[in-house]
Amino acid sequence: MATAAFETPTLKSYPVIPPVQAGAMSHLKPFVASGPIQTALGFPGELVDDWQDKAIAKMGELLGKYRSLQVYMDACVHCGACSDKCHYFLGTGDPKNMPVARQDLMRKVYRRYFTFAGKHFPKLVGAVELTRDVLDDWYSYYHQCSECRRCSVFCPYGIDTAEVTMAAREIMDSIGMGQKYANEIIGKVHRIGNNLGIPGPALENTLEGLEEDTKEDTGLDIKFPLDIKGAEVLLITPSADFFSEPHVESLIGYAKVFHAAGISWTLSSHASEAGNFGMFIGNYEQMRNISMRVREAAQELGVKRIVVGECGHAWRVAYSFWNTLIGPFDYLDPRYPVPQHICEVTDDLIQRGALQFDKDANDDRIITFHDSCNVARASRMGNLPGGQFVIPRRIITSVANHFHDMAPQTIHEGTFCCGGGGGLLTDDLMELRVKGALPRMEALKDVVDDHGVNFMATICAICKAQFTKVLPYYGFNMSMVGGVHQLVSKAIRLGEK
Amino acid sequence: MTLLTIFYTALFYFATGVFVIGLALKIRSYARTPAPLKIATTPAPVTPAGVGWRMAREVVFFESLFKSSKWTWIFGWAFHVALLLVVLRHLRYFQQPVWLPVVLIQPFGTYAGFALVAALGGLWARRWLVDRVRYISTPSDHLMLALLLAIGLSGMAMRFVTHTDIVAVKAFMLGLMRFDWKPLPADPVLLVHLALVALLMIIFPISKLLHAPGLFFSPTRNQTDNAREVRHVSAWAAALEKRP
Repeated sequence: MATAAFETPTLKSYPVIPPVQAGAMSHLKPFVASGPIQTALGFPGELVDDWQDKAIAKMGELLGKYRSLQVYMDACVHCGACSDKCHYFLGTGDPKNMPVARQDLMRKVYRRYFTFAGKHFPKLVGAVELTRDVLDDWYSYYHQCSECRRCSVFCPYGIDTAEVTMAAREIMDSIGMGQKYANEIIGKVHRIGNNLGIPGPALENTLEGLEEDTKEDTGLDIKFPLDIKGAEVLLITPSADFFSEPHVESLIGYAKVFHAAGISWTLSSHASEAGNFGMFIGNYEQMRNISMRVREAAQELGVKRIVVGECGHAWRVAYSFWNTLIGPFDYLDPRYPVPQHICEVTDDLIQRGALQFDKDANDDRIITFHDSCNVARASRMGNLPGGQFVIPRRIITSVANHFHDMAPQTIHEGTFCCGGGGGLLTDDLMELRVKGALPRMEALKDVVDDHGVNFMATICAICKAQFTKVLPYYGFNMSMVGGVHQLVSKAIRLGEK
Repeated sequence: MTLLTIFYTALFYFATGVFVIGLALKIRSYARTPAPLKIATTPAPVTPAGVGWRMAREVVFFESLFKSSKWTWIFGWAFHVALLLVVLRHLRYFQQPVWLPVVLIQPFGTYAGFALVAALGGLWARRWLVDRVRYISTPSDHLMLALLLAIGLSGMAMRFVTHTDIVAVKAFMLGLMRFDWKPLPADPVLLVHLALVALLMIIFPISKLLHAPGLFFSPTRNQTDNAREVRHVSAWAAALEKRP
């Protein structure tokens, strides 16, 4: 089922809205979490007997806890503004991947149990009971949403399907129908401290190895410090940065920036993960508990600043939610925003003239930039709205000579998800990931054809992993994707200032 | 006093009651439900004044819809502006003397009737012609358009085809407001028009017409982007912090 063959969509030279193909993706659902994975997070191990009542009760609870959900269940007028905005719809043609239809999977149940019209005239307003078929649809299609919020940009009422998806996943978790990939990872964070499940000693080894490699490359003692008390900066970065390609290249970039600027910094073995899959499953307490490790590490190490590495959803949680979840940050240096994005740090140093670059070092690359959804539509960098678009591009153009943006409707707030966000970066959803990448691949192909672009920079660990896997399906080289600090790393001048 | 007048008098009190109380209850529930996290769709304004401006652009110009689909925007925006003008024009039935702005708007309100009907036609056509919109349309979506269209057409019929006794209608409406009830003319077109308007008021708080108050409570649109500067904690989230 999950690994069945599928056809990679062909890239067209201009975007085409596909005709509706009902049921095109109904076969696809991710593996269900096993009992031990579920119970480790405090969720029921399997679908509970009275799941229907429990689910409705949970929905009622969430409607009372989240204004977003309550308003978004009521406000939709079925105008269709969002219907051609989701990359999963554009890539699959399955109408239930239209944001409005995805929301309606919950809205029609909401109407049946919580509204006058749905209780008394269900057929008229399209209200249905929460049957097993409906639940299966939920499981399938609420795991075909990457919570990228592109639909919320275009909705006249700002309805954010991510909020609905999160609520649906939270309800399903509460009745014992969790998703294996996300919940297994959350368990690892609680047990070990990061998504990859790298224990402290292994992390230490890796960082020592990186120091040796970097010394070989540069001849300089560039440190990758771990658990250093009294460091100025605590760097919280996605654990993929420690082990995965191309992620690690950006980690080396951060280290070089700190080295060149003379900023003392440290990683933490306790909080060795920026990612926070608690957000993906819409569970406030999970999200808070995962975040709490950062606060504990910051206080334990006595740092003055917290900086976050290249990771999209992590930056959303850090920027938008940390102050709520684990604030106040009154124990940190008030002269810096908390948290700071590594791009803000680097950009600020560049603007102040504290870093020098050999831009020619990146001359073999013709670069474009993929705005990651959570950075673009759910956070900010710098002082001005839209700084999240300006700052990474300003870094790129400071460290490289050749840069071309993709089509305007596919970048900035209109950016397309890589296709692997929101807890979908798992092999059992590969068909969805490939098809969902279609709009981005088409935009990329345009700049490849027109400008010879051969490198797509991004600042998200999931984007990097997803593109590495998906680019070859569309005939691109997997090494076309990499981090912004990978470019910084290549061009930065060290030690000869 | 005829049975008809009694019926319509009662209907309008009932409809007004449902509309006002139903809407007030909904607004109260929106206002009371916390928004525990900062979820503004960014780039978002960094000041409350900026949020006011963003909201004003949404309410007045339908900015997000404009970004999304020009056809839906043209029909949707034209419909709402026309409806506003038509409603303003109708204020003359509820005041004596009539405000000057309402007097001045009369001719515009008349033409707005055509725009209203045309825009509704466009919106309805989309429900049939665009396969995506057809897929998501429920019977109530079609009936809502039919209801609005019937109100518009019956109103225009009285203005352009078969005039009704508007002096008597005005007396009836003022009577409702002053609790000094007056007879309603037994003109079938008028009766249809008024009954449908009453129906619209009654279904307002239990239908998708809640998009009107909903927009103002939408966290993605009404939140300030100041998460790092100002700590935002809802009551139930704060309770979590007290636990060990």
